[in-house]
Amino acid sequence: MTERSGADILVEALCDLGVEVIFGYPGGAVLPIYDAMFRSKRIRHILVRHEQAATHAAEGYARSTGKPGVVLVTSGPGATNAVTGITDALLDSIPMVVITGQVPTALIGTDAFQEADTVGITRHCSKHNYLVKDPAHLGAVVHEAFHIATSGRPGPVVIDIPKDVQVATARYTRPGPIQHKTYRPQVKPDRQAIEAAVDMLAAAERPVLYTGGGIINAGPAASQLLRELVRLTGAPVTSTLMGLGAYPATGPHWLGMLGMHGTYEANMAMNQADLVLAIGSRFDDRVTGRLDAFSPGSRKVHIDIDRSSVNKNVRVDLAVIADAGRALEDMIHVWKARQHPKPDLSEWNRRIDGWRAVRCLDFPEAGSEIMPQRAIRALYEATKDRAPIITTEVGQHQMWAAQHFGFDAPNKWLTSGGLGTMGYGLPAAIGAQLGNPRALVIDIAGEASIQMNIQELATATQYRLPVKIFILNNEYMGMVRQWQELTYSSRYAESYSESLPDFVKLAEAYGWKGIRIETRDQLDGGIADMLAHDGPVLVDCMVSKLTNCFPMIPSGAAHTDMILQANEVSGEMDDEAKALV
Amino acid sequence: MHIKTETVERHTLAVIVDNEPGILARIAGLFTARGYNIQSLTVSEITQDKAVSRITIVTSASPPVMEQIIAQLDRLVPVHKVVDLTVAGDHVERELALVKVAGSGDRRIEALRLAEVYRARVVDATISSFVFEVTGTISKIDKFVELMGEVGLVEVARTGIVAIARGREAA
Repeated sequence: MTERSGADILVEALCDLGVEVIFGYPGGAVLPIYDAMFRSKRIRHILVRHEQAATHAAEGYARSTGKPGVVLVTSGPGATNAVTGITDALLDSIPMVVITGQVPTALIGTDAFQEADTVGITRHCSKHNYLVKDPAHLGAVVHEAFHIATSGRPGPVVIDIPKDVQVATARYTRPGPIQHKTYRPQVKPDRQAIEAAVDMLAAAERPVLYTGGGIINAGPAASQLLRELVRLTGAPVTSTLMGLGAYPATGPHWLGMLGMHGTYEANMAMNQADLVLAIGSRFDDRVTGRLDAFSPGSRKVHIDIDRSSVNKNVRVDLAVIADAGRALEDMIHVWKARQHPKPDLSEWNRRIDGWRAVRCLDFPEAGSEIMPQRAIRALYEATKDRAPIITTEVGQHQMWAAQHFGFDAPNKWLTSGGLGTMGYGLPAAIGAQLGNPRALVIDIAGEASIQMNIQELATATQYRLPVKIFILNNEYMGMVRQWQELTYSSRYAESYSESLPDFVKLAEAYGWKGIRIETRDQLDGGIADMLAHDGPVLVDCMVSKLTNCFPMIPSGAAHTDMILQANEVSGEMDDEAKALV
Repeated sequence: MHIKTETVERHTLAVIVDNEPGILARIAGLFTARGYNIQSLTVSEITQDKAVSRITIVTSASPPVMEQIIAQLDRLVPVHKVVDLTVAGDHVERELALVKVAGSGDRRIEALRLAEVYRARVVDATISSFVFEVTGTISKIDKFVELMGEVGLVEVARTGIVAIARGREAA
């Protein structure tokens, strides 16, 4: 067998792993890899305009297709620019492989041009990372990296490849199935734990299913299994931000999202439940609010593939370490085998209906001004029949989208949940569109966030991707302003979006169609114009400037201390509250 | 507002890892990144092919944080297993120290006599100095070093704790 260069081995291994698309940006330390890809012509390379965007595009591709996203960047600044996206993928458990160029091995540690300690920098923001010093090991490392990125709790894996290793030659044979020496994630649930969980669910009078991104990661079948379990048990369902779509928003048992900007009914149900079944969710601080007041009367079952998620924030009564889909499948099997009847939850449902009657997502409307919630609902009504993929940036618009846009299927909602990365939405939409060429992909954005990766307008133009951007423009970093209103007596330090560009002209400069919507009577027409155009469209939708996002549980407050309306907002908080995020 | 602190317990962990580059940084970094405390950390290869290392970590944490530390360590890709020796049962902990003492006359004689009491061996000697090698528990070594302070202590080098479970079974 002939020897090949490290760069050729890398490309061959990626092809063997079924990689179709790479998001990247060339540079000195990856030139051999770019040349190998150019010669092979077997992998489509998407040239982004900034390495951070490559990572978010890979996340969008991964989240919408279930396949790992792949990124290729150069050494030094290429790698450091990718760090935000790598961290984002770690916190949201997104399967991603990031290949970084490195200076030649002999120059490592000499402060060479474009040298950065990439494995050192990414060690704690990746699931795992490698510095490959021998092309003979490269093939095996690439296969192992994909195995680690995609199995267990998914996450980003970084492979740092010095330039001389890309040029030096070695042999490559495609490895068989990987049996890793130490990494063996537990995917199959313990039978006794499943039986105990089923017994607890069958005996519960006030159960709530609290679902999260783990169900999305477990694949579309897991969402179907969740629906089956809900059908059998009649239990109401709430979800984290990351889990939206696993249970349909149009389903009869849907409570809405829970947590800081969750619905009144979801948070009250969690507070009053006698059993909380957490599936692929991690009791994040945005979800729990004040820990000592979180669901105080419930027994808690936690199904999670990552043992370190159990008892991290909230003590649980029963842990099931497993893939969410496998656990749901086994629970349904046991439930049916024991011939449990559908529990009578009518009293519990009556109480929930009482909380629903508060209609916590209603909002006042007057004059021609567009309320941001109205804009989201109009967008939902106009697009729901096309099962769109929605991405978001981070801030008020993200929460309004989570509250007012209904998701009926998994893999349709791509957002930066854990890290909360402004600038995520546009590149994620580009990645999602590449993975789903026929889908309607819309980035719901804010005027501040969109500017953090605005350069990616060019990427969409280059690859003729018909992505849509729908900006809720209130001329503020709205969530920052909202917190300043609640916590700092409305001292708006640096939260006004000064010197905004003309987004319509900006869109046109990049070859996009630009639409501005200024009044409520223009809303439906503007959205229709956006949908009618078969290329990329940016909509600059001017919305009410000072509207805040409610309901809201202030940081460190209990689920029962929800702020429902703007007139309940107080001015200044004490130091304990100011110290919370 | 003041920063709150929790009551903590001391635990000794044995972490068996694949001996790959960066593993020590990965483990030490995990402790700093998540705000855990390290009192002592030792590492050495333990197989003939040098493929596996044993890391002994002494840490202090509240019981819930301790559970997290173990779960987080166990989650690292190159980690074979994590054993909490403090919870697993009776175990032996030892540390080795090299202690340099300089002086003459009575101080020199007293240093030698104390070394004998502590079963410290002389591993280097000059007309005006000794290097003692002493092994034992942390408290024994602390005490020995403290006593040497009275008779001409120059410097100390300590290995940190190694520990192993009592009985015939592996941890």
